[in-house]
Amino acid sequence: MEVKGTAMAGTLESSDAQVTVEPGTNGIELSVESSVLNQYGRKIRQTVLDTLARLEVANAKVTVVDKGALDCTLKARVEGAVFRSNGITENLPWGGAIK
Amino acid sequence: MINSVGRDIPDKVLQETGKKVFQGAYARHDEVYQKAAPKVRGVVDPKEDKILPSITEALKKCEIKDGMTLSFHHHFREGDYVVNMVMEEVHKMGIKDITICASSMGKAHDPILPMIEDGTVVGIQSSGVRGKIGWAISTGKLKNYAVMRSHGGRVRAIEEGDVHIDIAFIGAPTCDKYGNMRATGGKSDCGVLSYAYVDAQYADRVVAVTDCLVPYPNLPASISQVNVDYVVVVDEIGNPAKIATGAAKPTRDVRRLMMAEYCTQFVINTPYFKDGFSYQTGVGGASIASTISLGKIMKERGIKMGLGLGGIAGPLCQLLEDGLIEKLVDTQDFDLKAIESIKANPNHFEITASEYANPMNKGAYVNQLDFVILASLEVDVNFNCNVVVGSDGMVTGAQGGHPDTSAGAKCTIVIVPLLQGRIPAICTNVTTVTTPGETVDVVITDYGIAINPRRQDLIDIMKDVKLPFKTMEELRDIAYSIAGEPDPVEFGERVVGIIESRDGTVIDVVREIKQFEM
Amino acid sequence: MNPNLKRLRRSMMFLNVQKPGLIKDPYIYKPDSIMLDLEDAVAENQKDAARYSLYHALQEIDYRGVERVVRINGLDTPHWQEDIRCCVAGGCDSIRIAKTERAADVHLVEEYVAAAEQEFGRPEGSVLLMAALESTRGVLNALEICESSSRLFGVALSGGDYTKDLQTRITGTGVELAGARQHMVIAARAAGVQCFDTVFTNLDDMEGFVREVEMIKLMGFDGKSLVNPRQIEPTHKVFTPTEKDIIFAEKVVREIDEKKAMGIGVFTVDGKMIDIAFYDGAKRTIDLAKASGVYEGDL
Repeated sequence: MEVKGTAMAGTLESSDAQVTVEPGTNGIELSVESSVLNQYGRKIRQTVLDTLARLEVANAKVTVVDKGALDCTLKARVEGAVFRSNGITENLPWGGAIK
Repeated sequence: MINSVGRDIPDKVLQETGKKVFQGAYARHDEVYQKAAPKVRGVVDPKEDKILPSITEALKKCEIKDGMTLSFHHHFREGDYVVNMVMEEVHKMGIKDITICASSMGKAHDPILPMIEDGTVVGIQSSGVRGKIGWAISTGKLKNYAVMRSHGGRVRAIEEGDVHIDIAFIGAPTCDKYGNMRATGGKSDCGVLSYAYVDAQYADRVVAVTDCLVPYPNLPASISQVNVDYVVVVDEIGNPAKIATGAAKPTRDVRRLMMAEYCTQFVINTPYFKDGFSYQTGVGGASIASTISLGKIMKERGIKMGLGLGGIAGPLCQLLEDGLIEKLVDTQDFDLKAIESIKANPNHFEITASEYANPMNKGAYVNQLDFVILASLEVDVNFNCNVVVGSDGMVTGAQGGHPDTSAGAKCTIVIVPLLQGRIPAICTNVTTVTTPGETVDVVITDYGIAINPRRQDLIDIMKDVKLPFKTMEELRDIAYSIAGEPDPVEFGERVVGIIESRDGTVIDVVREIKQFEM
Repeated sequence: MNPNLKRLRRSMMFLNVQKPGLIKDPYIYKPDSIMLDLEDAVAENQKDAARYSLYHALQEIDYRGVERVVRINGLDTPHWQEDIRCCVAGGCDSIRIAKTERAADVHLVEEYVAAAEQEFGRPEGSVLLMAALESTRGVLNALEICESSSRLFGVALSGGDYTKDLQTRITGTGVELAGARQHMVIAARAAGVQCFDTVFTNLDDMEGFVREVEMIKLMGFDGKSLVNPRQIEPTHKVFTPTEKDIIFAEKVVREIDEKKAMGIGVFTVDGKMIDIAFYDGAKRTIDLAKASGVYEGDL
């Protein structure tokens, strides 16, 4: 998938993460800000990259502002932003690219 | 050198400070020592007027010099003005290399930060350091090691002579012209002056700072005139609204109520829960909820608490009023009700911090505790607690009476939710050890209760009790399975703080924080 | 038959899927069911985001035996079909159909659920249904709705919308809901499915809440929709048989068995007149006690 426009999903509430995606040309440019950076910074980065890989997004600028979200929420917010940037809201690949 | 809780204390630190490594909570039992003593200026001439016009005058009369140790108490909590007032004058006089020895410090003392940065203050010894001072310590701005001690440990250090106080500044809600101080009857009441007593006894010079001068003699005095050199009257020693907060209330949060109920059920099933038992609790919402529900059961079963100890808040005072507690023994007051209670109730008593928790006197009150209910930032699978270093590596909390009560009580209970946000509170190794696991008996989380394997007696007693018992390893695994296993917080090389055990040995060190890199 | 069909549902707690902090561990409060809401709690422009959250929550969070019911958007919205695909793929236990008015509504949802079960490899019939009755027509059609599908485990009253349709409001006295409540319980029992009462939103009035739960239990309801964890324990307390109830029920069952063998049809237990008609009720009390985890006998 491509990131066709700027899109965002999630909030800044505790246990949530706000993920913004923008079109990119230089692979995945990821910036992470987190309330639990020391302990989970690396995991957050990995989860975001894995989710993007499953969605076959090769190029994007991705910004994550994390407030202690669990993996399942991070994935959901990345997917939310990416699918939104494509204007897709139905016939989603549950169990496939979304896993 | 590795100490008995498995922490490696750099030899450099031991050499520079002359301290030894922690060898166990009761290692110094039966040890005999010579107490330290202050220099005392004899006031023979009855014409001497102790009242001085300003703090600056007091500093001059006390012959303030570079390199001195100044001490303060924290009974005014986040409403304290005394530390900042005194240090501002010290700073104006161009004095440098000061060590502040406070019973605790908080965000109210953020104005000290520039004085750390410019070398006015080179050492901090405190139970807790929060806000900007914590940040300054963690980022390596303080020249000397910060030394963090518990309430009992601070008194021990002073009485054993590890710390020598040059000038003690004691904020007094009321004071008379000759230095008799009380903690009630003024406009910034704090209820008790427990932490300041040892300062008055052992400092070379003692200055009372009050905003309410009262007729002589101000009796019964918490601190006696015979230990006081000077009295300074100022406009305000603290902010009453922040000294005694509104009534401490029980939590309404269902999760915390659940943990409180587990705690109450555990307590009543131990053999220590009988008429005349002794109890201490914190002011967290869950602790208070547990105390209130315990009170109901005490009423039902006709069981009275013989001794309620420690930092006192409204709910315990209510139980005292209701006749369910025989005596409240007080080292700090957290809310207005507690302050009113110590003023009015003949069964509510003030004691000194030494009586409360000093491990090296002939037996402190904590040794008589049946139960203590505590909180913690982290607890590891060996039951070690961390109450001082946050999940971002910053020094942020306070030891308080945690290690003291834990060591003394027959049944030490720590209530902590399994996860604080995403951070597991139950982990394999705490970031920093402040309370050794051998003194912690029970950990209560929202996911289950763990009893220390050292307490086979408690495990046997609880065999048929319907509570969700688990091992610490199981709880940790649940936490990690929900949140993922956390990376350990990374620190720099430089040691910036020493966590001193209550007996004066080094139980852990705090290093400079390191900027996180992916 | 799906083993979940007649499971214990004393408490069914609503949760906003868009609040990660709330859906990550609601099992800690021990509700019997949680209702993960894609409908009213989620803003119109967040319906898509909520689905991803729902899918991953269902897949990755261990809800420790609590039933996961998903409230999908109404059949009059463009969302419900994707909602069904998402929650069936995610692994939900049941689906709550909002604003059910007639059996045909249930059939329509059932069709899409069956298709989704097939698409995502779930055993046919593994997803159960419940119908929320939120209008006068829905309430009147309760019987046909209750009988509409073998997947339907029960119906719930949605008092807020229903009273608006009735052109009155929630008064706290219950008078405005009396007709709906009675009608639904009668229909549910006739059809052999469960029946759930509407939410009580005033969290500061715990006494009023408990009074309402006690009343609906006497009316015959199986459980109640809840909006806050604080309401769970009081609800369970009302719906769980007391020790006294259990002991009496055990006596009734044993005595009936014994007396039947002796050919005696009517007798007294603890001063109450008992005949064989009391048998099923007593057994139900014991079953409820077992399901609530308080039964220690051997019946």
